Amino acid sequence: MIFKQAKVAFIDGVRTPFAKSPGPYAKLKSYDLGREALLALKNRHPQLDKTCEQVTMGCVIHNAATSNVARESLIGAGYDLSIPASTVTLACISANKAITNTVEAIQAGVMTTAVAGGVESTSDAPVRISDKFKAVLLKAQKAKGAKDYWALFRQFKFKDLVPVAPAIAEFSTGETMGQDADRLAARFGVTRLEQDEFALRSHQNAAKAWEEGKFDQEVQAVIAPPSFAPMEQDNTFYATSSIEKLSSLRPVFVRPNGTVTAGNASPLTDGASACLLMDIDEAKKQGYNPNVVIQGYSYSAHDPNGELLLGPAFTIPKLLNEAGLKINDIDVFEIHEAFAGQVLANLAALQDKEFCVERLGLTDAFGEIPMEKINTQGGSLSLGHPFGATGGRLLISAARRLEESDGEYALIAACAAGGQGSSILLKKLKVTAPKKTAKKATKKVAKKVAKKTTKKVAKKVTKKTTKANPKTEK
Amino acid sequence: MAYFTIKKHDNVAVVLLNQPKSPVNVLSSKMLTDFENLMNTIEEDNSISAAILYSEKPDCWIAGADIKEFMTMENSEKAEELSRSGNKLLTRLSKLNKPVIAAINGATLGGGLEVALACHYRIASTDKKTIFGLPEVKLGLLPGGGGTQRSVRLVGLRNALDMLLTGKNVYPFKAKKVGLVDELIHKEGLLQAAIKIAKNFAKKGGVKRKPRKKGMLDKVLEGTGFGRNFVLKKARETVTRKTRGNYPAPLKILDCVDIGLDNGLAAGLEAESAGFGYLHGTEACKSLVGLFIAMQDNKKLKSNAKTNQVDTIAMIGAGFMGSGISEVSVKAGYDVILKDISLDGLGNAMKTIWGDFTKLVKRKAMGAVERDKLMAKITPTIHETDMKEVDLVIEAVFEDTGLKQKILVGVEDTCASNTIFATNTSSLPVADIAAKAKKPENVVGMHYFSPVPKMPLLEIIVTDKTSARAKAIATNVGLDQGKTVVVVKDGPGFYTTRILSALTHEAIKVLKQGASVEAIDNAMKDWGFPVGPLSLLDEVGIDVAAHIARGDLGNMFKERGIEEDDTVEKLFEAKLFGRKSSKGFYAYPKKGRKTVNTDIYKHFGGEERKKIDKTKIQNQIGLVMVNEALLCLQEGIISSAADGDLAAILGLGFPPFTGGPFSYINTQGANKVLTTIKELEAEYGIRFKPADILVKHAEKGDLFK
Repeated sequence: MIFKQAKVAFIDGVRTPFAKSPGPYAKLKSYDLGREALLALKNRHPQLDKTCEQVTMGCVIHNAATSNVARESLIGAGYDLSIPASTVTLACISANKAITNTVEAIQAGVMTTAVAGGVESTSDAPVRISDKFKAVLLKAQKAKGAKDYWALFRQFKFKDLVPVAPAIAEFSTGETMGQDADRLAARFGVTRLEQDEFALRSHQNAAKAWEEGKFDQEVQAVIAPPSFAPMEQDNTFYATSSIEKLSSLRPVFVRPNGTVTAGNASPLTDGASACLLMDIDEAKKQGYNPNVVIQGYSYSAHDPNGELLLGPAFTIPKLLNEAGLKINDIDVFEIHEAFAGQVLANLAALQDKEFCVERLGLTDAFGEIPMEKINTQGGSLSLGHPFGATGGRLLISAARRLEESDGEYALIAACAAGGQGSSILLKKLKVTAPKKTAKKATKKVAKKVAKKTTKKVAKKVTKKTTKANPKTEK
Repeated sequence: MAYFTIKKHDNVAVVLLNQPKSPVNVLSSKMLTDFENLMNTIEEDNSISAAILYSEKPDCWIAGADIKEFMTMENSEKAEELSRSGNKLLTRLSKLNKPVIAAINGATLGGGLEVALACHYRIASTDKKTIFGLPEVKLGLLPGGGGTQRSVRLVGLRNALDMLLTGKNVYPFKAKKVGLVDELIHKEGLLQAAIKIAKNFAKKGGVKRKPRKKGMLDKVLEGTGFGRNFVLKKARETVTRKTRGNYPAPLKILDCVDIGLDNGLAAGLEAESAGFGYLHGTEACKSLVGLFIAMQDNKKLKSNAKTNQVDTIAMIGAGFMGSGISEVSVKAGYDVILKDISLDGLGNAMKTIWGDFTKLVKRKAMGAVERDKLMAKITPTIHETDMKEVDLVIEAVFEDTGLKQKILVGVEDTCASNTIFATNTSSLPVADIAAKAKKPENVVGMHYFSPVPKMPLLEIIVTDKTSARAKAIATNVGLDQGKTVVVVKDGPGFYTTRILSALTHEAIKVLKQGASVEAIDNAMKDWGFPVGPLSLLDEVGIDVAAHIARGDLGNMFKERGIEEDDTVEKLFEAKLFGRKSSKGFYAYPKKGRKTVNTDIYKHFGGEERKKIDKTKIQNQIGLVMVNEALLCLQEGIISSAADGDLAAILGLGFPPFTGGPFSYINTQGANKVLTTIKELEAEYGIRFKPADILVKHAEKGDLFK
């Protein structure tokens, strides 16, 4: 959906450095990471303690002890306890969901100031006991007398005690995500070399962006228990990787002849992000200078068997067509890189007439997104992918890149398990190289809306102000 | 009845304790009369079949006895009489033919706990404010209302001795575990539950309690005469070793427990009253109570003016001091911006603080999330601009005037013009640090003691230019941090460092005179110091002592003959720093106990050691410190003798039972002290030149106040 009058401004965002899992954050719970991100945001905007009306965080793998991790993180970060907080889950686009839920609330006038983001700790993943052992334990609660216990004990096998490690497999298909990416890449003819080259590009872009200080503002160093060793930078990218190195890796999901390797897949990552979203007028009132608004968003859902990771291909055309924009109008693309093969397959799908006609209902292929607009400062392959938090990183990066560019629009796109997708459109208000027509148009709209609303509410007041204004102008 | 009101719930009388015009309930002689009447009522009123004692104060059940009333009692016979009548009353309570239940929420200390112990059943709330304790020993007293008797009978000998001899607080869960209370409940349901219990008892016609479960060890140690004697003997040995005969109260407590166990409750209570009267008359008790009152009164220094309040503190320097100051600050509710030049340094500081909090979490004295919330109040940073908006900056970087000046200039550039700059230094003159400041009126000294979370004193140093606001803000923050605050004038070594240095220098001189390291430390421990002066030097570090000796304080001491040569410098060059270099006056092996480092004697005239009379060592080392304190008063470094006493005890461990250097003179007599100092002057020269103020007081027979 595209908002007729976009009211929600992106004010600021922070994230923890992202870290491979298990790694420097191995002893932290997702609660701890969420707390760090929320705390960093509060330290930058101390008034949040009083003005924040809601916190929404995405999270995928839940620790049962903190199933509403947003609320626990908020409490631990020392926010005012009167701020409601909830956790949403939508696989890898959980934070996107947190963000658009918040946008809806502000857009609808329910609130003016809220925080959205996400958190993930695969290091804090719940390890389950086996279903057989669970069944025995549940029966044991009702067992009476030695005879019952003996019967249960006879059912029990020691190998049932082996815990079940969490796997990133589709529940409905039983396929792991890597297998699916491998399959998708093959379907759209993405070669191993193309995948490795895209991965290398991602690492090089990330290293360059870090070197240029692009992340200095948004990444808040974490100094956390129990070691308190400062963690300042993402440890997920390889500045010195090479195509030779990447080519030498063996396929991990489809052996021995698949194309997806550890090198062209995003790593398991721990991290958290938090973004401050505000009603634009309220932001101005508080002295902010908001320049990026959320113009609209769209979600998609499709067959998890075969189209699992095609979210961007489904949502990008949908959203742009709705907005009446073309690929050329967009200057910044932030596309979530679950796998190099997945990104390239999505890009290929948009240029594939058959796919676009049959699955998207278009009349022709949608078009080619130029590589120089995509993820120029690294992506999930190199910066890491904490499932629940990535959407926050995409928003922060896209907004910053949009500000840095002389363009007007940025687009975020991501895929998610379950066969779902998300795109969010951002718009810059003060474009560096202004397009005259666009500016006029917005002015008119603004005036009309202002008239409509004020007329009914207070005619007298408007008269007074309109009279007063010409005088001051003279 | 002012102190009590009775509200009846059917046949249960709920006695509401609510002392008028006071935030707490305390026991006083007036209250005792009311209590007598109350018991008559309960006994005579046939419609009452059980009673509950319940406090209407939010955080307090009964906080103990009125200390000030107790101190103004004209003589020890009166004190003994008070204990006896109290005991009579509580014995009557314990024998009342109707069940009396203590329903406890809030502080239940001293006499308050003794009332609870005399009741027939105790139910307590799990609230944070609910604590139990018999702190009398800390005041040089014993619990004179049956505390030494009923505690032993209720919680067993070993638990009771722990409470009686340390005076420490017991929290609800522990209290339930040891049997001090019978039952726990949230405070919201306390009264309701107590009423239910009371009705139940009334119906059944008696009190039913589950006796404490005893382990095998308890059965052997407490159930047999032999076991009991063993425990008491061990306790007596420990007490003697720790008090070195300076504190009579713990031994008296052990006597009372012993008599009570051997000859029964009545004999025990009688011994208790006699002991209470005796202890009331001792100097130790007067000094300790005086100290307690002085610490209480110290809180009145707090200024409530709006301009003197701050809510965020910037802490520059994340070393051991910086982390300690940050820790006590966030605990007091302040937000802290912790600034250092390296993230690693910040990480270490955060780790130290988190570690201290985590110890509390493990003891269940703090919740894990509560800890995280406190940690969230600390913002570690390496950017100066993050301090832009704070009202108070405390600096605890390395002791170097140039460096501190540079930091001060940086803060003045970054922060608002009315931001207060506090420097944490133990010896550098604050005026020197403020020399390059644009606004020296904003500069004040805050001398914390290490380790900050444990040490109770804060010495605040004001220069001629320090503004009243700077002083008030430093004082307010210090009091909030739980410190006792003493304001002193700027000068070499201020007060505490100056008198402490005098003492350590003298200890080194005695070492040169031929005494052994352990003879010196033991003599001073017998005199009442918790640590011997040479051990203390090892802990502080010779490097630190040498650094101080090189400054203004060293120059002053050289002129006055206190510091005569370069011994400290030589030890410094030999890297005999003390514990940190594992060798100083003692050797500190990685495993096992420290031993005297006999190598060090080569700097002090060889390994041959002489036996020097203990009293002589004590006079020489102790009185040089006392005389230095007198000079500080004379020069106006401290503004009163009371301040000097408080700072010496709380900051330096000056023997608490003496009441401080000035109280010591008062007790000993100015004349007597002057005579001894004059003898020392005759023997050792000008460093023992008695302060004029002492001479004057000796002439007039005045007391230091």
